[in-house]
Amino acid sequence: MTAPFQSSVIQPGAIQPVIVGAGPAGVRAAERLVAAGLRPLMIDEAARGGGQIYRQPPDGGFTRSKAALYGFEAAKADALHRTLDGLRDRVDHRPRTLVWNCEESALDLLCDGRTETVPFTHLILATGATDRVLPFPGWTLPGVFTLGGSQVALKFQGCTVGKRVAFLGTGPLLYLVAYQYLKAGVEVAGVFDTTPLPVQARALSGMLRDPVTLAKGLWYVGWLRAHGVPIHNGARPVRVEGDGRVSALVWRDAGQAGGREMRVDCDAVAYGLGLRSETQLADLAGCRFRFDAMDRAWLPERDAAGRSSVAGVYVAGDGGGVAGADAAELAGERAALALLEDAGLPFDAGRATALDRRLSRVAAFRRALSAAFPFPADWADSIADDTMICRCEGVAAGTLRAVAVNSQAREINRAKALTRLGMGRCQGRMCAAAATELLARALGTGPDGVGRLRAQPPIKPLPVSATPRFEAAAS
Amino acid sequence: MALLQRVAEQGRRVVRFTLDGRPAEALEGDTILTAMLTNGDQLRRSEFADSPRAGFCLMGACQDCWVRTEEGERLRACGTFIAEGLRLVSASEWAAEAASGESAS
Ligand SMILES: Cc1cc2nc3c(=O)[nH]c(=O)nc-3n(C[C@H](O)[C@H](O)[C@H](O)COP(=O)(O)OP(=O)(O)OC[C@H]3O[C@@H](n4cnc5c(N)ncnc54)[C@H](O)[C@@H]3O)c2cc1C
Ligand code: FES
Repeated sequence: MTAPFQSSVIQPGAIQPVIVGAGPAGVRAAERLVAAGLRPLMIDEAARGGGQIYRQPPDGGFTRSKAALYGFEAAKADALHRTLDGLRDRVDHRPRTLVWNCEESALDLLCDGRTETVPFTHLILATGATDRVLPFPGWTLPGVFTLGGSQVALKFQGCTVGKRVAFLGTGPLLYLVAYQYLKAGVEVAGVFDTTPLPVQARALSGMLRDPVTLAKGLWYVGWLRAHGVPIHNGARPVRVEGDGRVSALVWRDAGQAGGREMRVDCDAVAYGLGLRSETQLADLAGCRFRFDAMDRAWLPERDAAGRSSVAGVYVAGDGGGVAGADAAELAGERAALALLEDAGLPFDAGRATALDRRLSRVAAFRRALSAAFPFPADWADSIADDTMICRCEGVAAGTLRAVAVNSQAREINRAKALTRLGMGRCQGRMCAAAATELLARALGTGPDGVGRLRAQPPIKPLPVSATPRFEAAAS
Repeated sequence: MALLQRVAEQGRRVVRFTLDGRPAEALEGDTILTAMLTNGDQLRRSEFADSPRAGFCLMGACQDCWVRTEEGERLRACGTFIAEGLRLVSASEWAAEAASGESAS
């Protein structure tokens, strides 16, 4: 059980830092603030800390070792979990708690069906990232899961999403999760990487900046090949087939003039095209955004230390741009140092400089990663009008194209108002990338030319019984 | 039948629940999503496409996994743990009124 807050009113002059996210970034930020004598509140929707990569199995008799759960990353996972345990009495950690709204100096929370408002003087957003996807026919069939979700099933539940799984998309997770599935004893029907081989080969030289990551990646690929798993580069998804659940993936190979259509039998598809940052709270906090060409997305502006455009609000880790777990740890600590400095508290300037130096190398690593696993920018051309883009509201590609062509919608929020796309329960997390690409293509502009889908509270659905304050404000 | 396959951690305590009126078993620490998809192949039906859905992201992002109990309570299956005696329905449709009532948008 978590103790109630001592007080929901902050004394004048007092500092109440709140961290959203108990992943690598959030935990390292908390550690730094505690070392400076502060008592941060750290909120996470998950039942236990660790974030996405170092997610811990639930309580209740799970016995796999960290080596089994985290592979090459076991030592780092263990170090982060130990830090979290060590902070137990000095941080107000609120697990199973959703932050669903952010206003000037307060957050709205939901825990066990009850809402609560907590004030902050300083806010570190360490909200991480989830899979980025682009729709294609059949993507809503039972048995199609995101790559990250397929890994969550294994890591968090000891389950695989099928007996014979096809891995589709691009990004480091594609090979990692395929490898983990093969090791777990299920059949891998193939790895279907949307990145053409020559592109990936060229990008490898950039990855030499981070030889350890490169070596791990090559290890997974080598292991898959050695176990007879076919790896297809330059593949394009055509459709998932099945009556009520997945029975096959139809894809196109990288041949000239669009290649041949091929079919592979499988009972599940694990699909993802890299990650997308979780930025809704930064939006509601009033942070300024800029279009990031590398992530092909709008991201909150931040300086090298993680300061957003709003005083007292910091963005750290994958939630401000996808850079992986090691970078998230550095960025979380760096943001905490910036907070201390801005609050006029003593802070270790030498450490800040050292972190700045290490973080400056992350930018080069990000470039190398996005070159090795590029976003399939030709997707919008290949998608038929009847493909469902929005899985919440059932909006098809053609509906979106029509409002663009009729010039009623030259901007994504207008398109949302006209089509309901992005208005559903996921708030555009699953469809915003696709809608942006489609709209941009229909209007003859780039993905930076159609605006940014704005966040709205509650950023995730609340039970009807738990919305009094919000409904009062909305009506 | 089952969509998800158990490949590890099978020594956990058995938890009994009801799926579409029939008795079913899960393990302690299972999410509702795991409990339902190791016993069947869908969580609900989409109100728009009249098609089955079985979740997608497993991490609270897509909201595709909201299920109903027999009493009409709605739960996000990937983020809620199974509990003894829960009575879950896998064929319920999402009514439009429910969606708007819930997100208040
Ligand atoms: C499934 C998966 C596997 C990955 N595997 C790897 C890997 O092997 N190697 C690698 O380098 N990177 C991996 N990544 C990338 C990963 O995101 C980063 O490596 C790392 O976890 C980022 O750390 P973070 O602290 O920025 O965010 P995260 O670890 O994502 O933590 C963010 C936390 O914030 C919480 N949160 C977000 N919004 C809210 C809210 N509104 N209310 C309450 N809580 C909230 C989330 O529950 C989450 O626990 C993976 C990502 C995913 C999704
Ligand atoms: S499966 Fe995506 S929110 Fe539950």
